[in-house]
Amino acid sequence: MSKNSEFVKFDKVDKSYDGKVLVVKDLNLDISEGEFITMLGPSGSGKTTCLMMLAGFETPTNGEIYLDSNPISNIPPHKRGIGMVFQNYALFPHMTVYENLAFPLKVRKVSKDEIDKKVDKALSMVSLTGFENRMPGQLSGGQQQRVAVARALVFDPAVVLMDEPLGALDKNLRESMQYEIKHIHESIGVTVVYVTHDQGEALTMSNRIAVFNDGKVQQLSSPDKLYEEPVNSFVAEFIGENNTFQGEVSDISDGKCKVKLKEGEIVANPINVKSKGDKTTVSIRPERALINPPQKMDNNYKGKIEEVIYHGDHTRVRLNVLGNPEFILKVPNSSQNIDIKLGNTINISWNSTDARALDPK
Amino acid sequence: MSSETKQILTTDGIPLEVSLKKAEKKNKIKAFLLVAPLLLFLIITYIFPIGEMLFRSVDDRMVTNMLPKTFKAMEKWDGKELPPEEVFEAFYLDYKFLVEEKTFGKLATQLNYEKNGFKSILKKLQRKMKKFEQGNYKEQIMNVHKRWANVEYWRAIKRRAPDITYSKYLKAMDMYENEDGKISQVSEDRRVHRILWLRTLEIAFFVTILCFLMAYPIAHLLATLPMKYSNLLMICVLLPFWTSLLVRTASWMILLQQQGIVNDFFVWIGLVGEENRPEMMYNKTGTYVAMTQILLPFMVLPLYSVMKTISPSLMRAGKSLGGTPFVAFWKVYFPLTIPGIGAGCLLVFILAIGYYITPALVGGASGTLISNQIAFHMKSTLDWSFASAMGLMLLTGVLVIYWIYNKLVGVDNIKLG
Repeated sequence: MSKNSEFVKFDKVDKSYDGKVLVVKDLNLDISEGEFITMLGPSGSGKTTCLMMLAGFETPTNGEIYLDSNPISNIPPHKRGIGMVFQNYALFPHMTVYENLAFPLKVRKVSKDEIDKKVDKALSMVSLTGFENRMPGQLSGGQQQRVAVARALVFDPAVVLMDEPLGALDKNLRESMQYEIKHIHESIGVTVVYVTHDQGEALTMSNRIAVFNDGKVQQLSSPDKLYEEPVNSFVAEFIGENNTFQGEVSDISDGKCKVKLKEGEIVANPINVKSKGDKTTVSIRPERALINPPQKMDNNYKGKIEEVIYHGDHTRVRLNVLGNPEFILKVPNSSQNIDIKLGNTINISWNSTDARALDPK
Repeated sequence: MSSETKQILTTDGIPLEVSLKKAEKKNKIKAFLLVAPLLLFLIITYIFPIGEMLFRSVDDRMVTNMLPKTFKAMEKWDGKELPPEEVFEAFYLDYKFLVEEKTFGKLATQLNYEKNGFKSILKKLQRKMKKFEQGNYKEQIMNVHKRWANVEYWRAIKRRAPDITYSKYLKAMDMYENEDGKISQVSEDRRVHRILWLRTLEIAFFVTILCFLMAYPIAHLLATLPMKYSNLLMICVLLPFWTSLLVRTASWMILLQQQGIVNDFFVWIGLVGEENRPEMMYNKTGTYVAMTQILLPFMVLPLYSVMKTISPSLMRAGKSLGGTPFVAFWKVYFPLTIPGIGAGCLLVFILAIGYYITPALVGGASGTLISNQIAFHMKSTLDWSFASAMGLMLLTGVLVIYWIYNKLVGVDNIKLG
């Protein structure tokens, strides 16, 4: 049985709160069944609004949202059968963990035995068996988060929405929870729509990521594609580290282009430029530029080391290359790196395919 | 045995506890000095007056002090038949002293409280006493008036012998201790206090309920509306609060009187005829309306402060988990507001139970409360001990309610803000 690739469908959805500004502009987004999709973007980019529209707490100003091919704009939240994990967990503070988990089952008039069974199963899924009688206030942040996840899943919803669920946790806990949520998703195959502004989180967990900015989806693709092949300068900037050069296309041919900078010229991969004279931002990932590479590359320059920052497993080197004093290089900490000293001039190279000429900022 | 737990020493060899006490001593003194003015103020203005009130409500030394010899002589008297000569003599000497001091009128008043008819026979005794001869006072006093030969009157005097009495409390419950020392009820037409107590409880209870019903939606609106509107609404709630209580009550009088605005309106829309305008003032209705309005902010504010802390995502969670808006409200939102409900209800009820000005102005005969009765005895009859007794009963009632609340809901669950 093939999975429905349009399990959740945003169809030309607009949203405005005040009738003057569109928070979400012409959103078209298909989410397939069982997918883990992340809406990633800076605050105010409209991602949470999209989630709220899907959950039913906001109504689209225009357009329609379909769940399993049924329009849901006129269905109130409690009839949508969508599980939701809130930013601050939203556990009911006056109920025990058991009662919290039993709530969605009780309102669905599930029998007592069935409730016990399901609550048990959900708790063991988040490895909190034995915590039934605790109050949420007696749990740590991570445990509360797990209860919230269990509660959103316990009634077997078709879709689970997560609104920055890990935002309040510390770094280590956040990372382990990321894996845990990912594993839960893999084992039960529920469709997850996840909202975050943390790109690391998005890259680790998702099947696909929708990068939001200014009410629009800038790019929708798998994490690796998003990172390796950003389609515009916003995505390139937003996801991962990025070295940029501002310039003007001076020549374009054979899938390569020459970009004239203030100082010098580089060969780049034309993505968003069409013709000679176009302004462009060239983006190169820090780890794509190498020092004294063994094989020949088509971009070779000299750079002066301005700053060296030790990061444990790698060293971050700030260079002044082609008039850009903010060029960052990531150097793995191995014995080869002899010349990395402040003030030294080193040779760096990169392939033109990794230098993506995108839209100007 | 492990009981030999070693005392932990500081690096200087002083026991840790001693060292800690020393270090904390300065802070403790500072903290105490900070609260000392308030403590002193509370003692002077609160604890001392309540103690004084308690004392006054049971204090009965006035008669005891006026008739010291009499009561001493009465100690041996069994109260069955007329007292012996010594008692009459002692009484004669005591009374003579009072006449000389010109304070005998007070005795007459006090004894008349105990038994009617004392006033006239004491006056007569005072007049005739001047011609009394030495000795055989029993005969002479009994000759003044035949009531002096009635053992009931002597028993009444003896009843006033103890220093303390709980008769005022009995009186507040429409009961009294009769001649045989049994507690019995006063005649039906004189039972006024019990009605007042019940009415006070009833009005306080219903005012609390009315306040709750009105305040809950307002507080919810206040807590959920955007800042711009909620501030305005808050001012509307607080505006009456900033107006003098008297002015507010007076404006209710203007509104509610028979020729008042509300009645005019009712007549105008044809709800009632011109001839039978309903009486909405000088009865319970007036008290209910005015008190509910005046006490409303006391319910709104605690509710608001609690509702403000309830995250809106909880209701959303309730709905997204499949609860209808009502279920989400009833199972999630409402239980979380209980601390505010408790605080608000307790506050309003306690304030209502002792309310004075409003019922006095708009209550009329059927809308006055026990506090009006207390004020009446404070100002008009000057029976301060009776007023004190009722005041203390009111205070005890409030404490009992507080205790019950604590048992049912728990005082920790109160949130005033």
